[in-house]
Amino acid sequence: MRGLLLRELVLAVRAGGGFGLGLAFFLIVTVLVPFGVGPETETLALIAPGVLWVGALLACLLSLDRVFQPDWEDGSLDLLATSPLPLESLAAGKALAHWLTTGLPLAVAAPVLGLILNLSGPGGLWLMLSLAVGTPALSAIGTFGAALTVGLRRGGLLLSLLVLPLYVPTLLFGALVVTRAAGGQDPVPPLVLLAGVTLATLAAMPFASAAALRVNLR
Amino acid sequence: MALSAVLLPWVSAMAAMCLALGLVWGFFFTPDDFRQGATVKIIYLHVPAALMAVNAWLMMLVTSLIWIIRRHHVSALAAKAAAPVGLVFTMIALFTGAVWGQPMWGTWWAWEPRLTAFLILFLFYLGYMALWNAIDLPDSAADLTSVLCLVGSVFALISRYALIFWNQGLHQGATLSLDAEQNIADVYWYPLIICIAGFGFLFLALVLYRTRTEIQARRLKALIARDRAV
Amino acid sequence: MQMTVTNLACARGGLQVLAGVSFTLASGQVLVVRGSNGAGKTTLLRTLAGLTPPLSGGIGVLPEAIAYAGHADGLKVQLTVAEHLRFWAGIFGTRGGQTAIDSFDLAGLLDRRAGTLSAGQRRRLGLARLLVTGRPLWCLDEPTTSLDAANTARLIRAVTAHLKGGGSAIIATHSNLDLPTGQILDITPFVAKSLPRDDPFGDGAFA
Repeated sequence: MRGLLLRELVLAVRAGGGFGLGLAFFLIVTVLVPFGVGPETETLALIAPGVLWVGALLACLLSLDRVFQPDWEDGSLDLLATSPLPLESLAAGKALAHWLTTGLPLAVAAPVLGLILNLSGPGGLWLMLSLAVGTPALSAIGTFGAALTVGLRRGGLLLSLLVLPLYVPTLLFGALVVTRAAGGQDPVPPLVLLAGVTLATLAAMPFASAAALRVNLR
Repeated sequence: MALSAVLLPWVSAMAAMCLALGLVWGFFFTPDDFRQGATVKIIYLHVPAALMAVNAWLMMLVTSLIWIIRRHHVSALAAKAAAPVGLVFTMIALFTGAVWGQPMWGTWWAWEPRLTAFLILFLFYLGYMALWNAIDLPDSAADLTSVLCLVGSVFALISRYALIFWNQGLHQGATLSLDAEQNIADVYWYPLIICIAGFGFLFLALVLYRTRTEIQARRLKALIARDRAV
Repeated sequence: MQMTVTNLACARGGLQVLAGVSFTLASGQVLVVRGSNGAGKTTLLRTLAGLTPPLSGGIGVLPEAIAYAGHADGLKVQLTVAEHLRFWAGIFGTRGGQTAIDSFDLAGLLDRRAGTLSAGQRRRLGLARLLVTGRPLWCLDEPTTSLDAANTARLIRAVTAHLKGGGSAIIATHSNLDLPTGQILDITPFVAKSLPRDDPFGDGAFA
């Protein structure tokens, strides 16, 4: 499991853009929004939580089709499936690696991007916190989607269609945390619910992913 | 298959009868609501369609479970057959809802829990059908869509409560629940029940039709494969 | 360790390709699987390795005893040879690295990334993984592809050493390998003719 994680991280770094690409995408989305909405700081501050969360979500989506697809293509998924590593652990490890390379950098970078959208004072901190709590769920659900569509032609497009509806609860609670914090309300209840969704997802998704992988390997 | 052949005309006839009776009764022989006027009559399409949209998903959930546990092929194909029907009912519910909402709430669309939940249901149906279409092997497709259906159901449930937390609704309270003290008046109630039964039969008939078609398509494919192999 | 396969039926892509495959393989023995293209050699090996569930029949050995090497070597172009071997040793919880390196003459390539290797070198790395797994039963699918004569000899030496150590091997190949104590299984008679399995409704129950 630790070996797998290490391998995934090394691959992400050496493949070029493992860390950087999602982050750059997030930055560009955030920068483009004022061009579309207009430069009024009040409007931007109002929509900032939603924009940042949706941007982070799309950035997560971007790299999902590379979770299992390369391993499928070069045959290492077959070899991993016949190894002593259970497919459940494989799925969990892949999700964790995906989070470390996309979710975590997004959470760290988000407060800075919050500044350029005029997100008010405590909002930035809560944004980082909500992303840190919420993005593991995005990675776990995304890994499930990737397991469902591995080996399909044009799987990437289908992957987004399957995964995005599943992102609804996480997005709702996550954006709500930031909206409340920026508006001076208590952001803790939605954060607790967000954590609940994440924990449940992390507990259940590896099994669903492994089931899907098993079907796709045969 | 033999059973369904016998059943199908009866169910179809029941559907036609109930729908004709319920809709005509509802549209022409009930008084206008004192607040909502004639627009209230869209209830005879909106409520049954919405109910069936959810029922279709429930049926897919049950048949998916049967497929996973018992690996009964008809069950998997029934789930496949129910999806487009559910999708259409969802569209009807959304459309009639918009038509009803415009005069009543002054808006075609509101980001309100029940509306949004149906929109998400709509997306689930789309994804489910797309996954069926994308996979060539029927057994693998049945397995993967079943897993998706189970996971999707759990998330649909979570989304439902998340949406309620997110935004309180515009919808009137439950009009049909048995424990509510003030249900809708009997004049609307009877035709509505008949309409719901009619939609139920219609749903059953459509699913039966589609399942039969799917089974025959499977047989046909197998026969062609056999011909080619010999 | 003895492997007894009885009356095995395998499917590929929803179609039954093999039926009634039976053989016994004792430790120290090698089984060479023969058959024309598309006969089902790969399907048989994937079924034995536990990747594809069999339609019917018994395999008699858990997939945990089997090391599988397919057409693809499962190499990552960004990782070095040493990193590959270390990764698989970590996954399988073994430390057979040095024998693997020696058997397939990889010492000079350890710091090269797999992306810069030739096809033959990649194949050697893929085969070296078998020694790292420490598993007794090898399932090899066309292992000699892109190997030259010297390296085919290395493969044969590695298989022979594996057999001497009490292991066994199943090898699907078209070439004549100079292997000791080999039995040959020609799967042509087992190719399923009563196609297709893709008709769950063929029993008339839903006619």
